[in-house]
Amino acid sequence: MSRISTALSAPFAPVRAYFRKHRSFGIFVGVALLSIALPLLTRVPPFDGIQSTNAWVNAFTTAAIYAMLAMGLNVVIGFAGLLDLGYAAFFALGGYTYAFVASPFTGVHLPFWPMLLAGGVVGAIFGVLLGAPTLRLRGDYLAIVTLGFGEIVPITLMNADKFTDGVNGIGGIDKPSIPGILQFTLTNPWPMYGLVIALFALIMIMIYRLQDSRIGRTWDAIREDELAAESSGVNIVIAKLQAFAVGASIAGIVGVVNAAKITIVTPDQFRFAVSISVLAAVVLGGMGNTIGVATGAFVIYLFQSILLKQLNTLVENFNIPVLNQIDFLEFQYVLYGIVLVLMMLKRPQGIFPARRRMREFAPLKIGKRGAK
Amino acid sequence: MATASVTSSTAGRLLGTVRLPLSIFAFLALALGVLGIDQFVNAMTLGAIYALVALGYTMVYGIIELINFAHGDVFMVGSFVAMFISSSLLGNEGSITNVPLLGVSVLVLFALTIGVMALLGALIERLAYRPLRRAPKLAPLITAIGVSFILQNLIQFFFGPTIVTVPQLVPIEWSIQISGSRVPLLNLFVIASSVILMVALQLFISRTRTGRAMRTTSMDRDASSLMGVNINRTIMITFLIGSGLAGAAGVVHGLYYGNTNYSLGFQSGLKAFTAAVLGGIGNTAGAALGGFLIAFVEVGASAFGYGRWGGAVVFSLLVIFLVFRPTGLLGSHTGDRA
Repeated sequence: MSRISTALSAPFAPVRAYFRKHRSFGIFVGVALLSIALPLLTRVPPFDGIQSTNAWVNAFTTAAIYAMLAMGLNVVIGFAGLLDLGYAAFFALGGYTYAFVASPFTGVHLPFWPMLLAGGVVGAIFGVLLGAPTLRLRGDYLAIVTLGFGEIVPITLMNADKFTDGVNGIGGIDKPSIPGILQFTLTNPWPMYGLVIALFALIMIMIYRLQDSRIGRTWDAIREDELAAESSGVNIVIAKLQAFAVGASIAGIVGVVNAAKITIVTPDQFRFAVSISVLAAVVLGGMGNTIGVATGAFVIYLFQSILLKQLNTLVENFNIPVLNQIDFLEFQYVLYGIVLVLMMLKRPQGIFPARRRMREFAPLKIGKRGAK
Repeated sequence: MATASVTSSTAGRLLGTVRLPLSIFAFLALALGVLGIDQFVNAMTLGAIYALVALGYTMVYGIIELINFAHGDVFMVGSFVAMFISSSLLGNEGSITNVPLLGVSVLVLFALTIGVMALLGALIERLAYRPLRRAPKLAPLITAIGVSFILQNLIQFFFGPTIVTVPQLVPIEWSIQISGSRVPLLNLFVIASSVILMVALQLFISRTRTGRAMRTTSMDRDASSLMGVNINRTIMITFLIGSGLAGAAGVVHGLYYGNTNYSLGFQSGLKAFTAAVLGGIGNTAGAALGGFLIAFVEVGASAFGYGRWGGAVVFSLLVIFLVFRPTGLLGSHTGDRA
């Protein structure tokens, strides 16, 4: 298996070597190529029969938003080893930040682009606010506090209806525009697709650079052994706050984009289920591996929102009498649950595990190879 | 000098043993005074249900350190199983006024539901958690989420997404007068049955061989395995009991509210989990205490007109509690364990 893949990749060796040296540029090129290839792919069977290219592009945009969230959560969980079960709260704060300053609800209409940064700042502030008092906590206690925070935010948004219009949420949020050149609309998914893909590449590059930086190495250290890291002079408080702040600011930025994309924010969009499905994407994708996590989230979203819905048509094509009787649409979440369970049983390390974790999982194999 | 110190430590020990019952008593008296008897009974009833669910969370966490996200849904399935048994198997439609018949029906309902749910819990453990015993901690957490999805949506598929009515076997009209207020017997029945189950659980854990095996396994799995405890069997029994109690909570919920729905497990599961943490996760008495505490907070919030903020208050309490006293009310674990 590995021999075949080496043989196949042999002609690309110089390309690989080049991109290993210039990784940020490589990510940029890779994401750009993929973002062109994916819409083209929807033109060919069987994908063209499922939905129109525009609908596909829209789905890809949402999948990429989901993937960015997963990358952000991965910084907190995969890099720093802090289990965060309330990640959707930061996503919500970003979305509501933009909704407050760019909707008829408040009457303020600030431009989109600076707010993108503001969403990140708001996220980071709340990340630190939540992080600071909880730093003493370890392991599952932290998970539970973040879970509580993740519940408090949507409940507050729902009940403070003077400021948020409660359950209805804030609608009619402004779409981004580049004055004089381009106005984003609900009917044309392409500008938003471009924006999200560009942001996706930027965030991925930023995370990779962070991972290799001094900050990234302190995260590695506190994840593997907090006590040892502290004894070696790592400032644990700062390192943890940095992880929380980075993760939360990514969620804040993505929240702004998401609010601008669907033009409405409601408390229900940010319930515990969102935190959980992003967490599931992180773990399934392969915790700690940024590309793995992003790919995992992207694929899981498409699987859950499109493929599962297509099962009926798919099965009809096979013409198996018994299966034709079943309406798979009603079972889609059961299937999702079964896939989650089976994936974990078969590959608890995730689909694309981080190299470091791969070693943790297969110490015996490495030993065997060494014996040879 | 020595005598004095002995006496003072004896007094201290005495104070230590009575402090908890005393403070609980003081809290209850205060709550009764503030809320009035109606709301007090409501809170106790709600607390009894939370406590039963919280026990399952705390037992599972205590023994395998897994936040069992599927447990709230196990409770929800329990309420549906109770509904199904009560209305389809036993053919009940409404309340039963014949006292012996009522007693038998309720007992059969409890026994069957607890049995079915215990088996379901053990099955879930066998299929979704046991294979991951040596996997990293997050893996079983994700399978728990998967199981929660499966349970919720299977129930939605079979019983529909709407609210389903459950026969209220105990007539709601039956009540007794306590200091001028009408207290429904139903509430007292719910509280009493929960308390009986909780006392039985405490006795089981503290007095039986299996209970001791459960305690040692949660303290140190490897050491107890070396001492001859069958770990897999012990963990399975923990799941049997925890899910059985969730089933009992399902029965009680149906009898009390007269309805159930497929999304019931999520919110109440989250609150029961909060209760388990507040009480000191891993500690069964603490979980029960936490359940009642949360119910009082919620009922108190709605009694003062902030019912919609009940959830926020509960979770804020959770955050504050964990920051200042991470071991919970009665917990003694520290470090990585929650």
